[in-house]
Amino acid sequence: MPLKTIDDFSIKQLHILDENGKVDSDLEPDLSKDDLKKLYLAMTLSRMADARMLNLQRQGRLGTIPVNKGQEAASCAPILALKETDWFVGSYRELGARLMRGETLENSLLLFNGWEEGNVNENNDRTLPISIVLASQLPHAVGLAYASQYKGEKDTVVLAIFGDGATSEGDFHEALNFAAVLNAPVIFLCQNNQYAISTPLKIQTKSRTIAQKALAYGIPGIQVDGNDALSVYQAVKEAVDRARADEGPTLIEAVTFRMLMHTTADDPTRYRSDEEVTAWEAKDPLVRFKAYLMEKGIWDEDLQKQLEEDCKAQIDAAVQAFESREPFAPDVPFDHVFGTKEAVIEAQRTRFLARLGKEKENGQN
Amino acid sequence: MAKINMVTSLNTALHDIMASDDTVLVMGEDVGINGGVFRVTDGLFEKFGRKRVMDTPIAESAILGAAIGMAIAGLKPVVEMQFSGFSYLMMHQLEGNASRMRTRSRGRFTVPLVVRMPYGGGVRALEHHSESKEVYWAHTAGVKVVIPSSPANAGPLLTAAIQDPDPVVFMEPKRSYRSFKEAVDKEKNAFSIGKAHVVETGKDITIISWGAMMRDTIKAVEAVKSKTGFQPEVIDLLTISPMDVDTIVTSVKKTGRCVVVQEAQQSFGPASEIIAVINDQALMYLEAPVKRVTMADVVMPLFAREQFYMPKVSDIDQAITETVNF
Repeated sequence: MPLKTIDDFSIKQLHILDENGKVDSDLEPDLSKDDLKKLYLAMTLSRMADARMLNLQRQGRLGTIPVNKGQEAASCAPILALKETDWFVGSYRELGARLMRGETLENSLLLFNGWEEGNVNENNDRTLPISIVLASQLPHAVGLAYASQYKGEKDTVVLAIFGDGATSEGDFHEALNFAAVLNAPVIFLCQNNQYAISTPLKIQTKSRTIAQKALAYGIPGIQVDGNDALSVYQAVKEAVDRARADEGPTLIEAVTFRMLMHTTADDPTRYRSDEEVTAWEAKDPLVRFKAYLMEKGIWDEDLQKQLEEDCKAQIDAAVQAFESREPFAPDVPFDHVFGTKEAVIEAQRTRFLARLGKEKENGQN
Repeated sequence: MAKINMVTSLNTALHDIMASDDTVLVMGEDVGINGGVFRVTDGLFEKFGRKRVMDTPIAESAILGAAIGMAIAGLKPVVEMQFSGFSYLMMHQLEGNASRMRTRSRGRFTVPLVVRMPYGGGVRALEHHSESKEVYWAHTAGVKVVIPSSPANAGPLLTAAIQDPDPVVFMEPKRSYRSFKEAVDKEKNAFSIGKAHVVETGKDITIISWGAMMRDTIKAVEAVKSKTGFQPEVIDLLTISPMDVDTIVTSVKKTGRCVVVQEAQQSFGPASEIIAVINDQALMYLEAPVKRVTMADVVMPLFAREQFYMPKVSDIDQAITETVNF
């Protein structure tokens, strides 16, 4: 018997907006002016807030932060394809996505200054807190999606974001397989920013694309220009539509670049060249999106100036609110160990508070 | 009243709660059409269907991770880890997420799920099938750890675990699955999470155990009683964490003596914590050092040698006798 080909596989790559902001009008998504502006606002606010937080961290006014610069399109655009009632399950480098989901800047300032209170999104109850352990949030997305199937909430889908490093984790593979088997309405969006701290993609995987990993699980996979907000939006929108139509999960690889350090504790000059970074500067997601908006005649330098002033005022206000806030009570962690009052925990709280009281008396805190 | 074994007690509890609460679902490896390798989920698939009785891919981390998502979204998943020896593949989901989600989100998101797992030795099984590692879970803040010891308490405790607002690791001593039968009176047996059960009241010594060791402990107590006339107080811990400190301390203050019996290896186990609690709150009432009967700190041997390592009735008998005569 001759060898037979029993299936052919291919992976597509989507580019809509080129590096100069020139749009492929055949592929241009049908987005309203308001949506386009909303997206640009979020990307700009994310970029400026990221820069301010980096500054605050360097001044000792903020703890370690993951830095977002360069990934604004891959982070913000997917949210535009969601409804408020959909779930967002993120990692830790999606400031823009979180802002689009209604999280306040003060949330980030609190969280990255060590207050869990920053994990509570007051404006959307279907946004999970950040997940630090790579890929560990992906099975949660599958469970949330199954719950919506189970409850017959036809219209609820789940967007899960993670990085290229996460695709080496078992949870990534287990979650994709699980979602595929359950036909769960999940959109897995990988922000492939080329580096997991110092480890480049070629050490992470021998696959030519991350998108092709979808094929092994029998689900659609696509690679998109992750610095093109329109490509990211379009791919996510199509995946969301499929998920809403009960057609199961999708893997999207958004190819982007982390322009700065992994976190403020990292020094990227140890593992990558200036030339590499400079080459990616030409692909900046904000620059090309602004050019696109101007080309469409819905943006100009006056609006740009106004936007930057508004963002700065918003960031100033958040920093001001955060820095003038009274600290939260030290014993709050005792409130949330269990949903029931437990004698063991309460006895420890009493001792803890007595110790704090004593230290206060002695002027120790 | 008909007497049933522990498997039937657990199975009946699942049938009952699934019939009355449609947010409860069962998931795991071979829990569906096969009814679970120990048959604890027998008949559920036929009665409640695939949507509520899910055979999953063999991926412990994703099983628990998906259950976390379901629980956040308002369902009450009852997860089966086929054997406790396979559960370590989901440990990071339990430690890293299930236990912390309430704290991480300041109470916004909670994870009311149950992870059932058969554990413990004495059934002539393969490697990874005989360990007692309750302390792994008990050392995790935000997780409750429950271990039934008999048909009478297994079903009621599983029901309580499913209704609990927190993640519960529910460890089933598989040596006790079918080894004896009891009548289960749901009205009389109000077992609740976090509450130990005083099986027998006495005044001379407190004996504390849990899981499959309860049967051996009671046998040893009977032997001591008939030999010496001492009146031991016997406590079935039932919840490892959060521990019922009150019941332990009250009893030890009364008796002044205590022996703790655990199947798990000696060091850093629940027995150590119990002794620490007694040290904290009842030291001045003690008339003898508290003794523990445990397995040695070795990797659980395969079954040819198992009998030399598992605590035996005679070990417990000896510990009680020595402590009483100290």
